[in-house]
Amino acid sequence: MSLLVGTRKGLFVVGNDGLDGEPWFLGHVIHHAVWDRGADRIVVAARTGHLGPTVFHSDDRGATWNEAAAPPAFRTGERLGRSLRACFWLTPPVGAAPGVWYAGGSPQGLFRSDDGGDTWAPVDGWNDHPDWETWCEWPEENTPDGSMLHSVNVDPRDPQHLYLGLSGGGVFESTDGGADWRPLNRGCAADFFPDPAPEFGHDPHCVRLHPLAPDRLYQQNHCGIYRLDRPGDTWTRIGDNMPRDIGDIGFPIELHPRDPDTVWVFPMDGTDVWPRTSPGGRPAVYRSDDAGATWQRLDRGLPQRGWITVKRQAMTVDDGDPVGVHFGTTGGEVWSSPDAGASWTCVASHLPEIYSIEVLGEPA
Amino acid sequence: MRVRIPTPLRSYTGQAAAVEAAPGTLADIFAELDRRFPGLRFRVIDEQGRIRQHMKVFIGDRLTADLATPVADADEVTIMQALSGG
Repeated sequence: MSLLVGTRKGLFVVGNDGLDGEPWFLGHVIHHAVWDRGADRIVVAARTGHLGPTVFHSDDRGATWNEAAAPPAFRTGERLGRSLRACFWLTPPVGAAPGVWYAGGSPQGLFRSDDGGDTWAPVDGWNDHPDWETWCEWPEENTPDGSMLHSVNVDPRDPQHLYLGLSGGGVFESTDGGADWRPLNRGCAADFFPDPAPEFGHDPHCVRLHPLAPDRLYQQNHCGIYRLDRPGDTWTRIGDNMPRDIGDIGFPIELHPRDPDTVWVFPMDGTDVWPRTSPGGRPAVYRSDDAGATWQRLDRGLPQRGWITVKRQAMTVDDGDPVGVHFGTTGGEVWSSPDAGASWTCVASHLPEIYSIEVLGEPA
Repeated sequence: MRVRIPTPLRSYTGQAAAVEAAPGTLADIFAELDRRFPGLRFRVIDEQGRIRQHMKVFIGDRLTADLATPVADADEVTIMQALSGG
């Protein structure tokens, strides 16, 4: 098992013994690099200096790469004149829909490929939704790196059932393959608004649906950690059960591949001017094994002192037993735990700022 | 006519620093480049037909953002990219 590490300056592969080979796409911004186990294909969302965004894919584990014949883009001549600045998020095929990928963009467009990431088309039901401008606060840019669409989750039982996250904007759901959408934010705080409980406008940082229990979703939000059990539509703030001095602010949230009650987060300091570094300068991962009722601090092997930031795509789990947990820092370090977070080892360092980490496993 | 290719785009041109193209409008030239070097155009021109921010196109020493500008056989087109950021 290896890790695909997307950074601000290229794509790196990290194995059990550290960095594996030379970087791919050195100097390119790699927002997300994702492996599709079913097809044994790697798809990469790239941006390069001032060049437009594009997508590359490889069927030989990186030995050769092809650029998408039609990368994600808004429709030419569309009424808002949008152009894609970055392809920010990739979701690989889920369930009985081989070859179907989704991409989230900045601005907050949604794109779909039916051929393994080679040709992409806009999801018009989202991009042209009559409420899109309102939900996305177009043309405002509400996050430091620009507004983005992320966390595209596909229900493995029903490929027409989709969820996505907007930063900023909130969580949205479609039950008709993306033709229509509705906000799904009840119960989530949005402390930055005068109305603390708006219908939309929230800032989910990362939303995950459990692959074996698809009625259960978790999210790490700008304003806390939440769980939602469908068909309910009200999120529960499970971050209230985190230690008060740690809080429940962060970017990533990761789910155990088999146990829907187990999740990992990487808390960050959301006080004062929001440093977004480890609270108190003491890095730790937190895990809950009971769906967020209680949380356990996991810091064995991590630095005693450190001001670490982990971005929303920069934490992942493998399917080992016990589960391996992995995260990458904006300081260019990759940390891995072979035992579900109980102990940690730095497996790579001196990399560029890490944007994403995903597993590159063995073919199905 | 001749088109000078900046280093970030040379992966498309087989590392060629300059390529020959038929005269026409700038739009014609980019269309030809994209046929011969698929993907190159979208890196320079967005889906709304706008030259991307910080990408510059010169005809001779004249900067232009208008893809309808005609380019003569004797002209040289230079595609440039700002090299900014750390």
